[in-house]
Amino acid sequence: MSTLTAPDTAPSTSAIPAAPMGSQYGGRDGLRASTQHVLTLAGRTITKIRRTPEQLVDATLQPILFVILFVYLFGAAVAGSRHDYTEFVIPSIMAQTLLFASMTIGVNLNTDIKKGVFDRFRSLPISRSAPLIGAVLGELVRFVIGACFVIGFGYVIGFRVHTNAFEAIAGVLLVLLFAISVCWVSVFIGMLVREPGAVQGFGFLLMFPLTFGSTTFVKAATLPGWLQAWVHVNPVTHLVEAVRGLMLGGPVAWPVAQSLLWSFGIAAVFMPLAIRAYRRKV
Amino acid sequence: MRYAVEAEGLVKRFGSTKALDGVDLAVAEGSVLGVLGPNGAGKTTAVRILATLLTPDAGSARVLGHDVLKDGVKVRRQIGLTGQYASVDEDLTGTENLVLIGRLLDLPRRDARSRAKELLASFDLTEAADRPAKNYSGGMRRRLDLAASLVGRPAVMYLDEPTTGLDPSKREDMWKLVRGLVADGTTVLLTTQYLDEADALADEIAVIDHGKVIASGTPAELKHIVGGQTIQVRPLDPEDLPAVAGILNTISTGRAESPARGVLSVPVAGDEALADVAIRLAAEGIAVAEFSLRLPSLDEVFFSLTGRHETPPDDPESSDITREDAA
Repeated sequence: MSTLTAPDTAPSTSAIPAAPMGSQYGGRDGLRASTQHVLTLAGRTITKIRRTPEQLVDATLQPILFVILFVYLFGAAVAGSRHDYTEFVIPSIMAQTLLFASMTIGVNLNTDIKKGVFDRFRSLPISRSAPLIGAVLGELVRFVIGACFVIGFGYVIGFRVHTNAFEAIAGVLLVLLFAISVCWVSVFIGMLVREPGAVQGFGFLLMFPLTFGSTTFVKAATLPGWLQAWVHVNPVTHLVEAVRGLMLGGPVAWPVAQSLLWSFGIAAVFMPLAIRAYRRKV
Repeated sequence: MRYAVEAEGLVKRFGSTKALDGVDLAVAEGSVLGVLGPNGAGKTTAVRILATLLTPDAGSARVLGHDVLKDGVKVRRQIGLTGQYASVDEDLTGTENLVLIGRLLDLPRRDARSRAKELLASFDLTEAADRPAKNYSGGMRRRLDLAASLVGRPAVMYLDEPTTGLDPSKREDMWKLVRGLVADGTTVLLTTQYLDEADALADEIAVIDHGKVIASGTPAELKHIVGGQTIQVRPLDPEDLPAVAGILNTISTGRAESPARGVLSVPVAGDEALADVAIRLAAEGIAVAEFSLRLPSLDEVFFSLTGRHETPPDDPESSDITREDAA
């Protein structure tokens, strides 16, 4: 029994001369190829969003409903003035929107794996984690659209940035970074849970206490002691305070630092966990 | 003989179930190996190990000389995989699916596009090229899936139950495609639940059951062990039945029986008997309405190899009559 050692002697499967099968992996070429794969796979997510824009409803119409609900229903009662509450709540609803939207990826990946699309990716000579990283990166598009919708609608109903464009954009970027980190939590859940519907359920279960149990809608001082204790340790509180500070003015150094730390912390823990769970699952 | 795929002693457990219990497989370069077995026999597990999608608990395998455990990327550069469930992205169009694969195989954008176009044309999908795959029929989806696995011009193709769930005419189409691949020099490992499919496509067949290869050989050798082939004749004129029975009784060791009104059938040892019967029918001037060689079903194959009927995969391991003497 002899063994084939030279793959280039393998017969071509087509009369057409074989196309180059890509760079050798390793070194800078390997990194460039991997980056290319990740971007290609992120492009896949974007194509899907473009094809079925209705899946953006969680990042577009839903937050607008939230803004209307909170500003017009509770605004005057909570803050005394509807206008003051609009200013207070737009930056934080943007954060909340993106955090909820970051739960979508777990559902989508769970579905993808069920349908076998990932088997195809895994039988290709690309890095095993490229499909996951690409999918997470593709979510950025959803997040940017969501942020634009909330801020845009806010402007229509009287919200104004009090600082400057630079700080406001920094605020949006901070939320994007945080939401991308939280994506890895969603991916992790998506790998652990069997049904896409259950992934959604767990995502909501996680996001409700995090986004509502923070200073997203009310000031901490109005809350009972035990709830204040939770609100103060909740990372979303720091994020919300940081964005508010960046858009409306006020102390930002500490909440921004906290938010960055949490973003990197969450990613550092959940990205490896998610990738490991993914490798086990498929 | 050079082997494109070689596997020795593959073992894989899922919890307490032993999906593979020491499987050896070898596929000669440019040939077709049919892996035949019932649901849960371990066929898909074996394919997934050979495609580097699963790690075996024991044993080793090489694809074109590359170890599936140590050289996964090199193996993946040589293989194409088409599973039982078409793994295409339903939200993307046919073209987008294939271009995506091409880009992931590091083809420049233009080459990826032209390769996609060429594959869509050869799989008769040009018209559907710009429609999302979710609007494809089952057969179209399978063809797109097969096209997707051919983007990189793999030297070795794994086809995991490529025709399960397809209607008979689509099955013939798929067989034609497989023959086309082989004609181009591709090595094919094909799993199937149908003996007639393995017979139609494979150079060698390995029968797998409860994670073990229980028989292997060429289709002719296997049919010889298994027996169970029958010739069925339905004369146009029922008056001819006694004459037909006479002919059948002379070419077979068994006696002609009538499985249905106006039909006679007799067990035969090999394909050659078909020609014998045809010549004699012609010589006696008997017109026939139906004349066929029936292959044994998977269940019958298993019955003759193991002495028991095909059983659900969770049944206790039965090791009574395992035959490896075919090859």
